[in-house]
Order: sequence, then C-alpha cells, then structure tokens
Amino acid sequence: MSTSPPHHAVTATSATGERTGHPAIEFVGVRKDYLSHGEAVPAVKSLDLAIAQGEFFSLLGPSGCGKTTTMRMIAGFEEPTTGKVYLDGSDVTNVSANKRDVNMVFQSYALFPHLNVLQNVSFGLERKRVGKSEIKRRVGEILEIVSLTGMEKRHPKEMSGGQQQRVALARALVNHPRALLLDEPLGALDLKLRQQMQIELKRIQREVGITFVYVTHDQGEALTMSDRIAVMNAGLIEQLGTPREIYEKPATRFVAGFIGTSNIVEGLISRVENGCAVLDLGQGERIVAPVPASVQAGRTVEVSVRPEKIDLHRTPPQATGSVLSGTVTEVVYHGTSTNYTVVTSAGSDFVVFDQNAHDAEDVASRGERVFLTWAPQHSYPIGV
Amino acid sequence: MSTQTVFKSDAPATPATAPRRRFRFGGEQAMFAYTWLIIAWLVLPIILMIIFGFNNPHGRYNQTWQGFTLKWYREVFSIGDLTSALVLSLVIAVVSALLAGALGTGIGYALGRYQFRGAGGLNFIMFTTISSPELIMGISLLTLFVSSGVGLGAVTITIAHVMFSISFVSTVVRARVITLDRSIEEAAADLGASPWTTFWKVTFPIILPAVFSGVLLAFALSIDDFVVTNFTAGTATTFPLWIWGATRVGLPPQVNVMGTLIFAAGILIAVITNLRSRAKTKQA
Repeated sequence: MSTSPPHHAVTATSATGERTGHPAIEFVGVRKDYLSHGEAVPAVKSLDLAIAQGEFFSLLGPSGCGKTTTMRMIAGFEEPTTGKVYLDGSDVTNVSANKRDVNMVFQSYALFPHLNVLQNVSFGLERKRVGKSEIKRRVGEILEIVSLTGMEKRHPKEMSGGQQQRVALARALVNHPRALLLDEPLGALDLKLRQQMQIELKRIQREVGITFVYVTHDQGEALTMSDRIAVMNAGLIEQLGTPREIYEKPATRFVAGFIGTSNIVEGLISRVENGCAVLDLGQGERIVAPVPASVQAGRTVEVSVRPEKIDLHRTPPQATGSVLSGTVTEVVYHGTSTNYTVVTSAGSDFVVFDQNAHDAEDVASRGERVFLTWAPQHSYPIGV
Repeated sequence: MSTQTVFKSDAPATPATAPRRRFRFGGEQAMFAYTWLIIAWLVLPIILMIIFGFNNPHGRYNQTWQGFTLKWYREVFSIGDLTSALVLSLVIAVVSALLAGALGTGIGYALGRYQFRGAGGLNFIMFTTISSPELIMGISLLTLFVSSGVGLGAVTITIAHVMFSISFVSTVVRARVITLDRSIEEAAADLGASPWTTFWKVTFPIILPAVFSGVLLAFALSIDDFVVTNFTAGTATTFPLWIWGATRVGLPPQVNVMGTLIFAAGILIAVITNLRSRAKTKQA
C-alpha cells in the first residue's frame, strides 16, 4: 500500500518545513468526474498539488470550483477517477475513509445528536481502541484547548453554533490526525463570531502543529489565515501561492477579480524601457508596468492595479509611473477610506480607495475631472 | 364556520381592538365545541365498550345496561378458547411486529439513503401494499399458500402480517432517513467507524424513534387484523376471529374487558412515549 510518490513530489514547495521529508498531502495527476444522467461531468479536471507538513493551506474558489471535491478526496469520501492521492508519502487512493489518518470538520458540524460532548469527542479514540484513562486524558486536554471544559455532559442541541463548532473541532483534533480538513467551517456563524473563530483556529493550529486544509469561498478568511492558498476555478488551480503573492501578483484575470478588487486595463505595449512596459495612451497618459525581459513592444497585455495603490489628484501631476485621467462617477464614504469610481480615458471604470488618514474632506466630488497615478511596481501584468 | 360572518358584520361598528377579541372569543367557543364533538365521535364507541365490561347481563346478550359488576374482571380468563385466542393474537402481533420492524427498517434505510437499480419500483410496491384492499391481499395470500401446499395456521398468519406491515415500517423509517444529515454518517466513517459500527452506533440510535413507531404500528395492525387473518388462519383462532364467531351467539363481557385492557395498554404506551419525548425537548 505504501508506494513511494514520484520524486518530483518530494521536492515540492513547502512553506513551513518538512519533518518526514514527505508532503502531508499530495495529489498526482488527479481527475474526478461525476456521473450525471449518464454523462461524466468533471468536478476536478487536473490536480497536482503538495501540501507541506504543518501548513495552513486553503482551497479558495467560488461554489462548484472543485474545492470541496478535492477535500473529500483527501478524506476518502470520493475516489479520483484517475491519479493518486498520497498521505505522508503513502498511497491512499483506494483506502476507505475510516482507515485514513485524517479528520474532518464538516460544514454542518455533523455532531452526533444522540451523544453528549464527551461521547462525541471520544468517538474516534474509542474506534481506535484507545484505553479509557488515555481517552479521558486526551479529551480533557483537547476540550481545554477549544475552551469547552465543563460542557462534557451537554448535548449538541443545547449548545450555540460557536460551541458546536468547537465540539466538531475537538472531535477531529483529539485523534491527532496527520491533517485536519475544514469544510467552510465558519460559514454558519455570524460575522463577529466568525472573526473570533478565525483567530481561534489560527491559535489552535499553532498549538497542535497539525496540517490544516481549509476550504472556503471567503477570500478574506483565506488571506488572513493561510500560509498558502490554492485559488480554484472550474476544476483547476488558477494560482498557488502565499496570500501576499496571490493578492499582489494575481496570475490570471480570474484571480485578480476573485481576490479583492482589481482594476484591469488592457493595452498595446508601446515600448519597453528599464524593465518596464509602457502603454502610451496619448496626452501624457500612460500605464507603466514591470515586465520580464522576454516581453517585447507591440504585444497586448492586461495590467492589474489594486484600488488602494492609486493616488487621486485634481491637477495634472508630475509622475514617473502610470497616469490616467477620468471623471468621478461615485463617491462612497467608508469610514477608514473613501471609495471613488472613476470613468477613465483607458476605457474602463477604475475603483480607487483613498485612506482617510489626513484628509478632512473628500479629495474630489462627483462629476469632477481627476488624475490617477501609481508607481510602476504597483502595476501587475497578468499572465506574462 | 358562522363565526366568520359574525366578525365581518360586527367589525366596522366596534373599536379596532374589540372585533378581534370578539372574533377570538366566538372562534374559541366554536373551536372548543368542534374539538369535543370530534373527540366524542372517536371515543364514544370505546367508552361504551369499557362500560359494558362492567355490565351484569342476565342473558346471553350484553347489550342493555343491567347493573354494575367487577365479576368479568375477576373471570377475564375463564373462557379457555377466548384466552388462548388472545394469547395467539399477542404472540403473532409481537413476532410479526419485530420481524416487520427488522425487515422494514432495512428496506426503509436503503430507500432513504441509497439510489439503486429498482429503488423506484420497490418504493412503488411499498405504497401499493399499503393501498391495496385487504380483501384482495387475503384472497391472493390464500391462493399462494394453498397452491404451494403450506398448511394454514399461526405461521401463515404471521407471514401475512409481516408482509403487510413491512410497508408501513419502511415508509416511516424512510421518511426519517431522508431528513437525516448524511454528513453525520460520513463523520462517523471519518472518525474510523466501519459501516457496521456507523449503523449501530450512529444511524440506528438516531432513527430509533421512527423504528419504534413503525414497530408499534405493525403491532397495532396485527393484533386486530381480521380480513387477511380470516383467509390465512386455517383452523387457528385469533382474538378477532374468536369474537367474529361469538357475535352470532352473543358476546361475553370478557371480550369487553380484554378490549379495555388492550386499549389501556395502548394508551399507556402513548402516554409514556409522549412524556419521554416531552422530557427530551425540555432538556434541549
């Protein structure tokens, strides 16, 4: 059963170091089709992925992107149509869920309604025939970590959503799994509790040092909690990287649009100077973006820029980077920032976040003509 | 109901809050009367049966009130044939309810949980057995037993009762399984439980109330079944069959007493179940 994974896998990227030399979880050439009315519909088209030991790894994407299917293949609830799944270096592709050393926190928590907290949390250890005193010790320990000490005799329906969530977490973690799988675990909680649990989950992960695989469609959640994120769309990974890489350097237009807000302009490269492509738009307006040496003048590129990187001016600025002009169509005050929508000469609507750090009043008002500038390094050409 | 018209005609003349009260008052009265009428309709025959268990008839016929006595309660088991008929009915009811419970739970779980070839057909058959007339079922069972050379008796009655009870059990269980969150069973598997352990440690305890009501239903259907039993009994005599035979010569008051006792047992089970589920909801 424990065939060694291909060599390339072992050297795959690792964010937090490797203890065993093997990635905690690995997918090699995995495809998963579902049968729908006799037709094979792909849920995951092609997946090669290595998740390192101790990593907080997020699968992020819209519903139907294949993230949950990917997680269920780790848990053993789905078998890949083709390809292999490895846990800690051993092939588990055909190992059933109850024999895999990973545990899952379900979106609905899936607590056993007829059992109390103690019985719920002990369930996994009892299946492994762990001794009574050892179960007692470990359950006590984990309940303390999730702050549920004293609630041992409660039944799930006597607890709040947040508490049930902790029971589900404890029930999984008490088994010391090789990896903990979390399927949108905070989806059912209200905003305040969700933010609290995000911090809590991060703390618990540091404390237990177990690999966490986190499925979510909430980009904010993924950015704040993860060591690395795989952004999925239509059964494929669009980009794999740290939160910063994904936010600052979106690899595809989809990622740029899905993670935060992006302004995207498409245009012809007029010339390349000092490692930067210049898209001349006439009348002193231009977009400057750093590009690799291979990129030549004459080809079209899509350039993305984040709203908070852009400065807003009322008068024509003396800038070395990108300059655009436009008309303000919307001003929305958000407390910490003011958001402007500007129809630009480049043809697309730009969103600009202006921090309300110094300004006592708005930089510009609706209908006013403004100039947008940003430094060359804040332009990010997509997919080059 | 007439209250609605009262409300409509009175409403404009009275202050804003008054008509609502009047409506509720009138509605409440009518509702009260209506409810008790229905209850009376339902329990009057039973009450009559209970009362005539205390009657002291002089002749064969226990149909007019002739004085109070507890004699029949003391002599409830004095008619040997009747007692053995009741015992046979109880045995058949218990055995067939347990068998139908086990088989029906399996079918109900399969129908509620899995999609498989023939699931639709099986589901259809379950509903057909519930809706098909007992007379037809009785005749066809008789034909089946006779043509296959099975001697009629307690065994054939039991087989017949299991047969028509399965559908009820499986329907009740299926309804429960459909509403059961599938990830609960997945969670059990995820925590290392085999399919067998998952069923007995997780699924079964959760669907147990449905299984229990299915078994009770099967018991109730069996103990007073007449039509199917009549066709499949041969020379065996169950409680309903004995009563049917006795009606022509006059029913002894012991029948009323036994009926009262069966009814009391039913009430007792209902009350206990109710109290238990109420205690559970209170706990929540």
